[in-house]
Amino acid sequence: MEPLSRTQMAARVAKDIPEGWYVNLGIGIPTLVADHVPPEREVVLHSENGILGMGPAPEKGAEDWWLINAGKQPVTLHPGGSYFHHADSFAMIRGGHIDLCVLGAFEVAANGDIANWATSENDTAPAVGGAMDLAAGAKRVWVMMEHTTKDGRPKLVEACSYPLTAMRAVSRIYTNLAVLEVTEAGFQVLDLAPGVTMEHLRGVTAAPLRDRVEA
Amino acid sequence: MIDKTVRDMAAAMEGVKDGSTVLVGGFGAAGQPDELIEGLIEQGATDLTIVANNAGTGRTGLARLMELGRVRKIICSFPRSAGSVVFEELYKAGKLELEIVPQGTLAERMRAAGAGIPAFFTPTAAGTKLGQGKESRDFGGRAHVMELALPGDVALVEAWEADRWGNLTYRRSGRNFNPVMAMAAATTIVQAMHLVDLGAIEGERVVTPGIFVNRVIQITRGAPWA
Repeated sequence: MEPLSRTQMAARVAKDIPEGWYVNLGIGIPTLVADHVPPEREVVLHSENGILGMGPAPEKGAEDWWLINAGKQPVTLHPGGSYFHHADSFAMIRGGHIDLCVLGAFEVAANGDIANWATSENDTAPAVGGAMDLAAGAKRVWVMMEHTTKDGRPKLVEACSYPLTAMRAVSRIYTNLAVLEVTEAGFQVLDLAPGVTMEHLRGVTAAPLRDRVEA
Repeated sequence: MIDKTVRDMAAAMEGVKDGSTVLVGGFGAAGQPDELIEGLIEQGATDLTIVANNAGTGRTGLARLMELGRVRKIICSFPRSAGSVVFEELYKAGKLELEIVPQGTLAERMRAAGAGIPAFFTPTAAGTKLGQGKESRDFGGRAHVMELALPGDVALVEAWEADRWGNLTYRRSGRNFNPVMAMAAATTIVQAMHLVDLGAIEGERVVTPGIFVNRVIQITRGAPWA
């Protein structure tokens, strides 16, 4: 069995993003996706703090601190890129103009519920940032995450135990073991990493899975 | 002659009252009106409600204002971030009220305030902890929560260029919350890197029209902002 590395997961997600989509990549692992979109395929990256057409990090020494991404790292602007204020930026998100948002998550439920902002009901000061707006507003929400927690607990579950970010928001999940679609009938497996069997996947998933052949 | 420029920081901060709600622009360090925050510290108003994306970092700026005990409540989307030490201390000690608002809802609540809309419905936060206790309603079979406009008594804004009518431009991602806050406050105070002649910012280039601006002070900053 060969679980995908983070880089391979990013490449797997990038493969499914068609030319012309406006895409927001969440902070953390999802940002790696940008490096795997081939330069000849025009995908327009959105950053919550008011950028469309965001480019890669500048070379060392060429940082412009007026131009940062949502993770507050210096970035660049592609030709054709634009700047706008926060209400317009979130109108793009909340108004359903963003084709895809890729988010990390603690848990995703079989009905598409996502938990990715607070790790406990008792955490009184968790940082939500734009997570709830993105999860509720983008046309599609894909989650990119490890299939299980570090100590082996499933992150794909019947119902989320962590506080929800949004209800029924996720349509697809890319993990180090599989690609799954959220359907009316629960998780549908679309693809498996090399050497991963359905039996193994069922053992590390806390919700029923529909096999590829059942599609 | 309309001239919104002020000579010094004391004039910029004149009349900011105790108990005010102060909207503070910026996302990370970009577009954050550092000198105006220093001016507010100097001016002395207390019992403030601060609206900003973050709850301050390090021990300067917003964090210093908080550390001095001048902030009663903070309304933000991302309280905990690298270096938000003062927030952590005060919050744990129960010396600071906190209202966490999804970032888009935060921006829209201020836009609504500026546009005369007292409240609106949004699907963001419906069915979550942040939607609890809010009026909710279904539209098209989907749950929405009602959010109230968030007006400010004062907005502190950082601009790139300003003219004497208060027309503003911003620098790259330094725009962020600034234009929305400028329209949402009763008194909008601007620090601008460049003060230019009336007409030098052509109409098409104006991002925040001067109608939303009350006072402008030129603050020339060095690297990395020059």
